[in-house]
Amino acid sequence: MNGRALSWHRLVLFGALGLFALVFLTPLYVMVSTSLKSMDEIREGTLLALPASPSLAAWIKAWSEACTGTDCGGLRPFFLNSVMMVVPAVAVSTLLGSLNGYVLSKWKFRGSELMFAMILFGVFMPMQVVLLPMSQVLGWLGLASSVWGLVLVHVLAGIPSTTLFFRNYYVGLPDELLKAAMLDGAGFWQIFWRIVLPLSTPILVVTLIWQFTQIWNDFLYGVVFSGADSKPITVGLNNLANTSSTVKEYNVDMAAAMIAALPTLFVYIVAGKYFVRGLTAGAVKG
Amino acid sequence: MSTAAPALRTSWLPRLVVAPSFVLSFLFIYGLMAWNGYLSVSASRLLPNYEFAGLAQYQTLWDSERWWVALKNLGIFGGLFIGGAMALGLLMAILLDQKVRAEGLLRTIYLYPMALSFIVTGTAWKWILNPGLGLEHLVQSWGFKDFEFGWLVDPDMAIFCVVIAGVWQSAGFVMALFLAGLRGIDESIVKAAQVDGASLPRIYWRILVPSLRPVFFSTLMVVSHLAVKSFDLVMALTAGGPGYATDLPATFMYTMAFSRGQIGLGAASATMMLATVAAIVVPYLYSELRAKR
Repeated sequence: MNGRALSWHRLVLFGALGLFALVFLTPLYVMVSTSLKSMDEIREGTLLALPASPSLAAWIKAWSEACTGTDCGGLRPFFLNSVMMVVPAVAVSTLLGSLNGYVLSKWKFRGSELMFAMILFGVFMPMQVVLLPMSQVLGWLGLASSVWGLVLVHVLAGIPSTTLFFRNYYVGLPDELLKAAMLDGAGFWQIFWRIVLPLSTPILVVTLIWQFTQIWNDFLYGVVFSGADSKPITVGLNNLANTSSTVKEYNVDMAAAMIAALPTLFVYIVAGKYFVRGLTAGAVKG
Repeated sequence: MSTAAPALRTSWLPRLVVAPSFVLSFLFIYGLMAWNGYLSVSASRLLPNYEFAGLAQYQTLWDSERWWVALKNLGIFGGLFIGGAMALGLLMAILLDQKVRAEGLLRTIYLYPMALSFIVTGTAWKWILNPGLGLEHLVQSWGFKDFEFGWLVDPDMAIFCVVIAGVWQSAGFVMALFLAGLRGIDESIVKAAQVDGASLPRIYWRILVPSLRPVFFSTLMVVSHLAVKSFDLVMALTAGGPGYATDLPATFMYTMAFSRGQIGLGAASATMMLATVAAIVVPYLYSELRAKR
C-alpha cells in the first residue's frame, strides 16, 4: 500500500461515512428546526431551512395546550403517566431478572435449563398473542385501564430479557468465588448481597437502560391496556399527531415528538456504551 | 464449565426464590398463548364467547382480502426492510472498521435512531415525506418544478415509506452487531492475507464476511422477528392507510380485536403471527442453547 493510493481511499471512505452521518442526522435536524419555527415560516420555507427566529412556542403548546383527540391539555399528563409507569416497572423487572439470573447460573437445579429456554421464547414471541387474554385478566384483577395494569404487563413482558441479561453475565463469574464464600459459611442470600450484587454494576446499568428504553418507547401495550387517564407518552404523541384539526401544526407535532424522544435520547447520549451492549445482548449472544 | 454443586441443605431456597416469577412468566407466555389459541377457535365476536366454533375464524381469516393485503405487505416490507437494513448495516460496519479516527462519534450518530420510539420515528417521517410541505416542496425549491412525491398517500407506494423509515431506524443496530462480529475476528488472519498480496476488498469478501456467518444468522433472526412484529411504525406513519393499503398482520390483529369487535378473528391472526415467529425463532434458540452446553 503506497501513500497516495491510501489517501485517495481514505477520501472516499470519509466521504461515504460522512454521507451516512448526514442521512442519519437529517431527520433529527428537521425535527428540531421545524419545532422552532412558526407555521407561517414552515409554509413559506423548506424542510431544511434554518429557523429565522427560533421560538419555543410550539414546545410550550405541545407540552401544555395541544389537543389529543378531544382533550386539549398537551402532552404533560401523558408524560407523567409514562414516568409513573416506567419507574416501578423497570425496578421490579430488573430485580426479578437479577434473582432469576443468579439462580439459573449459580444454583442450577434439575430442569432449570429447560425452564430458561422456555422463558427465553418470551423475548421473541409476538405480543399480539397475549393482548386479548391479558385485557381480560387485567379486568379481573381490577387493573384494567390503570397505570398499575401497565406496570404489571411491562414487568411480565420484561422478565425474559432481564433474566437473559443477568444469567449470561453471572455465568461468567468464577464459581470459585462462590465456593470460597460457602466454605466461610455464607448462604444463598449472603452470597447474593455481598458478592454477586456488588459485581453486577455493569449488567445492572445495561438492564436498567434497556428496560427503561423498552418501556418508555412501548406503544402496543400502552394503546391496548390504558384508559383515558393512564395513556403513556407514545399514545399521547400518536393521538396528537393524528388528530385531524383544521390546520395541521407540524411544528407542534415535531416539538411533541422531541418531548417524547428526549428522555431516551438523553440516556443514550450519556450511557450509549451500555445501551449498545444491551442491544447486542438482546441478540442472545451473551 | 460446570457450576457449583452447592450445599444441599438450602437446595429448596433457590427454587422458592424463582418460583413466583417463573410461574407468572409461564402463565403469561404459555397460559395466555393457549388462551388466545382457544379464543381463535371460539365463536367470539364483540365479547369473548367460549362456544367452540372449530376453524371457522381461520376460514374467515384466509378468505379475508384484508388479511391477504397484510400478508403481501409483510412480504414487501419484510423483504426490503430486512435486506435494506442488513446490507446498509454491513456496509457501515465495514467502513467503520477501517480504523477511522472519529469512530465513536460516527457510531453514536448511526445508532441513535434505535433509542427512539417507532412512534417518534413515524411522526418525524410522516412530516418529512408528506406531500405538500415536505420533501416534495424541498426538491421543487431546488428548481425541479415537476418533482412529485406522494408515496405516503398513494395506496401502492405507501408501504415503501414504512420501509424507508424502518431501515433508517434499524440499520445502525445491524451495524453494531456486525461491527462487534468483525472485531471478534483474529487479526492475524487478515495480516496473513495481506502478506499474500490480497487486496482489502478481496480480504473482506473472501475471508471476513464469510467468517461473520454466525453473526449474520443471529442478526437476520433478530431483524426478521422485528419485521413480523412491526406495529408502532405503521400506526404512527400511515395508521395502516390509505384505507388499509399498509396493513401488516400486527395492525390487522389490533384493528380486528380492538376496534372492529372481531375478537375471534383477531385471535386467529395473532396465532398465525405466533406460528411465523416460532418457525424462525425456535430452531435458532435450539441451536444457540445447544451450542452453549
